[in-house]
Parts: sequence; structure tokens; C-alpha cells
Amino acid sequence: MNSATTMDSPRASGTIDSPRASGAIDSPRASGAIDGYNFAYLDEATKRMIRRALLKAVAIPGHQIPFGAREMPLPYGWGTGGIQVTASILGPTDTLKVIDQGADDTTNAISIRRFFTRVAGVATTEHTADATVVQTRHRIPERTLREDQIIVYQVPQPEPLFRLEPRRTETKRLHALADYGLMHVRLYEDIARLGHIAKAYDYPVMVNGRYLMSPSPIPAFDNPKMHRMPALQLFGAGREKRIYAIPPYTDVRSLDFEDHPFRPIRAPHVCALCGSGDTYLDEVITDDAGGRLFVCSDTDFCAERQADTAKEAAE
Amino acid sequence: MYVAVKGGERAISAAHAWLDETRRGDPSVPELSIAQIEQQMGLAVDRVMAEGSCHDRFLAALAIKQAKGDLIEAAFLLRAYRTTLQRFGASEPLETSRMRLRRRVSATYKDLPGGQVLGPTFDYTHRLLDFALAAEGAAPAVAPEAAAPVAEVPRVTELLAREGLMQREDMTEGEPGDLTRQPLAFPADRPVRLQNLARGDEGFLLALGYSTQRGYGNAHPFVGEIRVGHIAVEFTPPELGFPIELGEIGITECQMVNQFAGSRTEPPQFTRGYGLVFGHGERRAMAMSLVDRGLRARELGEDISAPAQDEEFVLYHSDNIEATGFVEHLKLPHYVDFQSELENLRTIRRSAEQAMQEAAE
Repeated sequence: MNSATTMDSPRASGTIDSPRASGAIDSPRASGAIDGYNFAYLDEATKRMIRRALLKAVAIPGHQIPFGAREMPLPYGWGTGGIQVTASILGPTDTLKVIDQGADDTTNAISIRRFFTRVAGVATTEHTADATVVQTRHRIPERTLREDQIIVYQVPQPEPLFRLEPRRTETKRLHALADYGLMHVRLYEDIARLGHIAKAYDYPVMVNGRYLMSPSPIPAFDNPKMHRMPALQLFGAGREKRIYAIPPYTDVRSLDFEDHPFRPIRAPHVCALCGSGDTYLDEVITDDAGGRLFVCSDTDFCAERQADTAKEAAE
Repeated sequence: MYVAVKGGERAISAAHAWLDETRRGDPSVPELSIAQIEQQMGLAVDRVMAEGSCHDRFLAALAIKQAKGDLIEAAFLLRAYRTTLQRFGASEPLETSRMRLRRRVSATYKDLPGGQVLGPTFDYTHRLLDFALAAEGAAPAVAPEAAAPVAEVPRVTELLAREGLMQREDMTEGEPGDLTRQPLAFPADRPVRLQNLARGDEGFLLALGYSTQRGYGNAHPFVGEIRVGHIAVEFTPPELGFPIELGEIGITECQMVNQFAGSRTEPPQFTRGYGLVFGHGERRAMAMSLVDRGLRARELGEDISAPAQDEEFVLYHSDNIEATGFVEHLKLPHYVDFQSELENLRTIRRSAEQAMQEAAE
């Protein structure tokens, strides 16, 4: 591994006027990229095609834009959409963080991070605050993202209506007419049968009051973080060949009813490591006798909190 | 005190090292060469070229070796390589009547111009394990040689078309679409459908084709013809303005003859189901032509009632690289979503229990 690409690299985080945009377009080879491949793997024509789709997506928040997704050297369903979006926006001065289930050290996050260190040679980090681009699967970091950051979601199924209507020819029509009755009925049926909305993740949202959107399979707990987020949110679905986006400070509302307001779901416990009582928790089974404990899913946030507590105790 | 699991990076490296070790197997057994795979596992190479969408026997053989014989994994490796290559244009249409044939059979005519040529086929072999093959070092088998077939062998469907009995399809204008560059859109035109099927999973095509024979879809197919052989690929560079030969590829073509009741504007006639695949792949080409005919239901005004007639269903699920990726992604961690589901289920159960208790009181 190149010394410039080790994790926890001390480089400063990007600022709003960081040269990311121009750097990305010129795509000069950063040191550390492997021979025989273009910077960040994709050829420049493909990146341009993806950037056009991204611009369109930003212009129509929450609307799915078809794009000519390429076959990647990682399997479909394992983040190829997110990888293509990241590859298209990454410049040599960027610092990349990759998480899966909120953690930097899950195997697929490691694999994707290694992919970008190999093909782009960019700096990587585990610290949310130091990253200019965060690629994620299934979580939004606990720390509030800033204007100078971009979050890229890996999306398995961009169509929020797919369980209700599998035909894309039909869902396309429903989106065009903003006809989302099907989804409201589905949520109502949950309440009628179970007393609660049974969707716990991939909870549908209305973006900018117009398009129904899948937030990707993040827990419903994370949905409120999307609302008026200062960072640009990009979504890539490689297998389904769709891109969509939420520009900064856009309204994102989780579907609900007046008498059954949306409720973010989390385990009613505190983190066994950092003591946090308001973050999303993983349940860990510790023995076969009902022993379990709860720890933060966001490993970076948890580690920082633990360090802060230790510092305070020392003082 | 609980300590979170770490060490994923080391585990990945070690796992891949182990994979490399098992690929080689027992080091006292001689290593397979690419040439051995290419020559002696030729049909596996053909399938990988077809599903990998890249005609290169050496690369396909290499992929098979690297994938430890997992042919879908091998096709994936080949596709991931193919996608890095520059696309420089579309070739001239292949004129398959000028193929250099190794095999050509028709089920609709006893004899016909060009004749029936059995060629190297499993057909009519008795499927008895040949234990003689287990003993290595036997002298290479030698087959008797007949005179070379005539230069041009007309297609059966063309003979029918000249009589007005076979529907002629319209020539599409310009370059056909390429679904490796443009995402699928519906309704999909026939060139795109055929491209999708040509690289689709053989098992999926086989099952769907089979379903049309069993009543799921209105198929009455005859094998007009299957031809296997080699053909030159020509390309017209814009700067030259005339076609030049790029080289020769191996292909299998199948044309199925199906009935069509006719319509107000067209008299009753036969319709075509078409299959063309890289290499020697008869099962694949035949299944493809059955499914192609199934997918023409809309254009021919037939009822769309069976899976093989449903364009979205077939085209979105035929690709085994997409399918295997998404099916296998289920082994990635999902514990965040699962935790959310757990908490939700616990909440719902609590309110249900409460309600039951209240009802009991």
C-alpha cells in the first residue's frame, strides 16, 4: 500500500472551494493509481456520461435517471452503483470514507476502500469529519455532514414501489402522475392489521414534495437525517442502472399519517461502549443463554465518544 | 468488557491466499495449462465467451482457470475485462449463408441444398461413461474426412421466405442498440432483446424455452435449421468507407419455424424465432430462438400470458452476472436493517399482547 493512502491520513478535510470539481474533470493521475487503468478505474467518457446523469438527478430531486451502468470488477448488488458514482466524482485531492452497516471495518467496506486506493490512489479515512466523500451502505453517519461533503449511497433497488408493482413500465407512469396511493394504502394496511407501520428500513420518503424515493435500505432511524441535509446526497444503483440525488437543504419527508406520525426506530438501550443513548445500535449476542448487549453501529462516532470520555476522565 | 470485532482486512487477505491454494489443488498433480482448457474444455470456453459477451478463447480459458471451473464466475471475470475495452463501432451484419460449416442440420426437410452435416455432436452418442478416457496417453482420435461442403449454403428460412411462407422481418435502420452502453428501456426493440438473450444465462433460457413447449406460451416450433461453424467479421472504418475483414469467429445459429395465424393485413405464414451465439452452443441457440419467438407476442398481436412472452420479466432476469451478484449479496452484512426489523417486531408484538390482555379482561 502506498504511504499516501494509509488510513487515518492526517490530511486536512476539503473545504467548499477545494478544487474537487475541476480536479475531477481533468482527472490527473494521483500517485498510487495502478498502471493500465484510468484514474478511479472508469474511462473519462463513462465518467462524463455518469456526471451528466448526476446533474440531471440533482436538477430533479428524487427522480430516477437511467444511466449506462458499466460492468464493474465487483459483483452487482455489492455496491457497483455507489462505486461508479464515487469514481465519477472523485478527484486526486479527495479523502474517501467507506462504510457498510455504519462501520469502516466491515469486509465489503474494506474491499471497496481497497479498490479505490488501488485504482485512484486517493487518501482514505475512517473519520467522518475528515472525509470529502463518504460512500455508504445501509447507514448515514451519526455526525452531521457538512456542505463540503458528499454522501454516496449504494442502492440495491431504486424503485420504492417495486414490491407493490414490479413492472418498471408501470411504476414509471405512477411517478409521472405522482400517483402514490398504492404506497399509502400499503402503510394504512399495516396500521389496520398490526397497529403500526411495519416498515423498519428502506422507509419511503417524499423528496421536495414531488417524488417518492427509496432512501436505500437505511434504517428508518436515519431518515430524518436526509431532511435538509447540508451535504449533497447521491444514490447509485448499478444493477438497476439508475441514479438519483437529493441536493443540499432539500425537504425529505418520511411518509406517515396525521394520527400515525413517522417514528424512527432504534433499540431502547444505551451503547455498551460509549454510553450513547441517542444513536443507532447493533444488537450483539454474547452467549446462548439470552445474553446480549447493544453497541453503536457507527464505529467512528463511538470511538470518538469513547476517546472524549477518556479525556474528560483524565482531566 | 465487550470488544468489537476487527481484522476484516487481514481476514480478506488470508481468505484470498487460501482461495489461490485451493485453486491449484494438490501440487503433485500437474497444473492445467490455458491451452489445455481452451482445447479440451472447448464447450466450457464457448459458454463463457457467450455469457461473458467477449469472443476470445484465450481469455475465456484463463477466466475458467482463475474461476476454478465456476463458469458464471468465469463469465463475470471476462465481462469485467470486456467493459474496460474501447468500443469502436458495429460490424457489418453476418451473412451466415457464407459460413464455413462444421455442422448443419434441418428438421424440416429430409434433404436440401448444402445437405445435412452432422459434424462433431453428442447427438446419437449413447451416454455411457467411457472408462477408456480415464486412462491417459491414448493416441489422439482420428475421424474420417469427407469432401469439403459447398461454398455457400442457403438458409432454410430463406427458401421458405422466397415462397412467401416465412414472414420477412423489417431491416432495422442504423446501428443496433447496445445494452452494455445504454440501459434497457421498454418496449425493447428486437436487436436489443436478441443481444440480451445471446448473453443470457443458458439455464434460464433453457427453462423458459422449455416452458413455451409445455403450453406456457403458444409455441409450435420446428427447427428449420441449426448451423455451427466459422464466419468472417467485417467492419467498415469510416475513414476507408469499405468493409475490411477483422478475423473469424465461431458461432451457432438456430432458426425456428413457427406458425402464425395471420392478420387483416398479412396472410397466414410462418414466423421466425432466432438464436445466434458465440462458439458451439446448440442448446443455447435453440432455447434463445424459442424465447425470441415468445417475446414477439406483442408485435404479432398474440395474447401475453406466459413468462416467456413477458419482455420485462425475461430481459430483466436473464443476465446471470446481475442475478448471481444480487442473490449472493444477501450474504453481506444486513444487521442494521435486521436490527430495525427486530425492534419493530418487538414493538408490534408488545401492542398485540397488550390488546389481547385488554380483550381478556
